[in-house]
Amino acid sequence: MTDIALPAIANTATESASTTSLTAKMRRRRVLAYLQAAPMALVFLVFFVVPLALTLIVSFWSYNEYEIIPAFTVQNYIDVFEGCLNTADACTTVRTYLSTLKFCALTWACTLVIGFTVAYFVAFHVRSKTMQMALFLVCTIPFWTSNVIRMISWIPLLGRNGLVNDTLMGLGLIRAPIEGLLYSDFSVVLAFVHLNTVFMIVPIFNSMARIDRSLIEAAYDSGATGWQTLWNVVVPLAKPGIAIGSIFVITLVMGDFVTVGVMGGQQIASVGKVIQVQMSALQLPAAAANAVVLLGAVMLMIVAMTRLIDLRKEL
Amino acid sequence: MDVELICLTKRYGNTVAVDGIDLKVRSGAYCCLLGPSGCGKTTTLRMIGGHETVSGGDVVIGPRAVGDATPAERGTAMMFQSYALFPHLNCRDNVAFSLKMRGVAKAERRAKALAMLDLVQMAHLAERLPAQLSGGQQQRVALARALVTGPKVLLLDEPLSALDPFLRVRMRTELKRLQAELGITFIHVTHSQEEAMALSDIVVVMNGGRIEQAAAPRDVFERPATAFVARFIGGHNIIRLPDATEVAVRADRMRLGPDAGPEAVPARVVSVEYQGTSVHVGFEADGVGGTGATPLTAVIDDAAYAGHPLALGQTVPLGWDADAAHRLGA
Repeated sequence: MTDIALPAIANTATESASTTSLTAKMRRRRVLAYLQAAPMALVFLVFFVVPLALTLIVSFWSYNEYEIIPAFTVQNYIDVFEGCLNTADACTTVRTYLSTLKFCALTWACTLVIGFTVAYFVAFHVRSKTMQMALFLVCTIPFWTSNVIRMISWIPLLGRNGLVNDTLMGLGLIRAPIEGLLYSDFSVVLAFVHLNTVFMIVPIFNSMARIDRSLIEAAYDSGATGWQTLWNVVVPLAKPGIAIGSIFVITLVMGDFVTVGVMGGQQIASVGKVIQVQMSALQLPAAAANAVVLLGAVMLMIVAMTRLIDLRKEL
Repeated sequence: MDVELICLTKRYGNTVAVDGIDLKVRSGAYCCLLGPSGCGKTTTLRMIGGHETVSGGDVVIGPRAVGDATPAERGTAMMFQSYALFPHLNCRDNVAFSLKMRGVAKAERRAKALAMLDLVQMAHLAERLPAQLSGGQQQRVALARALVTGPKVLLLDEPLSALDPFLRVRMRTELKRLQAELGITFIHVTHSQEEAMALSDIVVVMNGGRIEQAAAPRDVFERPATAFVARFIGGHNIIRLPDATEVAVRADRMRLGPDAGPEAVPARVVSVEYQGTSVHVGFEADGVGGTGATPLTAVIDDAAYAGHPLALGQTVPLGWDADAAHRLGA
């Protein structure tokens, strides 16, 4: 910008005047551009950069039973990985991460299959735009109530004397109630899938909606069967949506503590749960250190995923 | 292979898109389906290719009626208007796609695809993605993809309409060359009469779901069957005679002034367009049909015009060669 204004050193008075006004105009335009970007930048700073920086700072502070001491220490991080060098027996942190990763993988797989199927149906089998919108609204209906309520409503359904067990016993299919329905890995994954599938549906549908229908015809013309078209045309072109949906689901599951708590009967460990427990014990620096480690882990997963699919190119 | 349409009909609800048409295209012919948008030409093409169900009648390709057969079973291949190249595959894999679907081994299908790209002079860009190609290049790849399985009939849906005028003429020549080289039947949908004239062995002029005329281009131009055909292919004046019948006269066979002959009518010059080798002069004449939006046109050799220039608003006698008048059907 400045390069354009500066070389115009004027030979005559009039030219010099016009140059000055030009520079002034450009400066004004630049100020205006900053002003336009300011509100978003401010929001970003206050709600993202500052909290993150604070978390990072606090994670290096010390603490005792009743106060936080602003003195630099790496003890919090040492505590996180305590005993992890012992290869024979996995430490608490590694076991917690493995448990969370297991939920993450199971939830991701289920939401991907369900989300892809639903998105495919809405994008390719529902002809009218109005109907597509209506079906989308139906998908969002569960979001009209809060997360916790949606989770808790599983309890009367899955409990030992819940609807499912009662029905199965009433039908004579089982003699004793199935114990593993509630407060188990199964119920946690079920709730996760219930809560997060819509985050998979929307981006995948968005990708699919942009697939030119003539490509499907071209595949048919080339002798492809339905499955061949799905695998060779639809899936590759829906990849950006799959990647975005996966990022949503993985970050949500990795950081969750409510679902694992409620649906796991407070018996199943998760990384989020660890942080929450430490926070309620006012061990804020320890919680912050755990949060930073979790952030690093999630970011690594996302980087790995963007390595597989160049998102910026696809968008 | 011969392509025959027998009373072919397509209905969408109560609308009839294609209204019981009969057509026979002999093997190895270049056939153009010509007509304005909405005349049913693309629907007809899609029914031949198996991309649209048939409401009534039959499509016969070679010895048998194809019914609900898939495009591959019919031996047809379609080149789509937007080319429909797979954006995630490079040129070679696009061309090899149908071979892959048939389970041809990788090395073999790649070799075949490259050979086909070579035929359309695109082998040097085999690794490029469609987005990295120009419109003309994409079209060549689409052509190679359609031809790679050795179809008996190639269906082209307005293949040249997305290209700029220069490229269009070049690709036109190339299509004709390929068709002659491969000796397969081409059925080409277009709304450009110029394209149809330049390419086809048989022109099928369609309107409102029906065939107005199906004949060699010269026959269509010399003897248009209906007023619609004469108007659509252009270069004709439709003149209403005193006995209420209509004749079509080629614009280059109109005569002016002293040459106009005994049946000449007084006509007023409403437009003069210089076209290089010729001059197009528009006339309004009472009683013979050239009025308002569709004036009569006379195409005059540029040298002859320079000898007797005309001014707008001038009235001159306008006539035509009697043997050039062709009586029109309903």
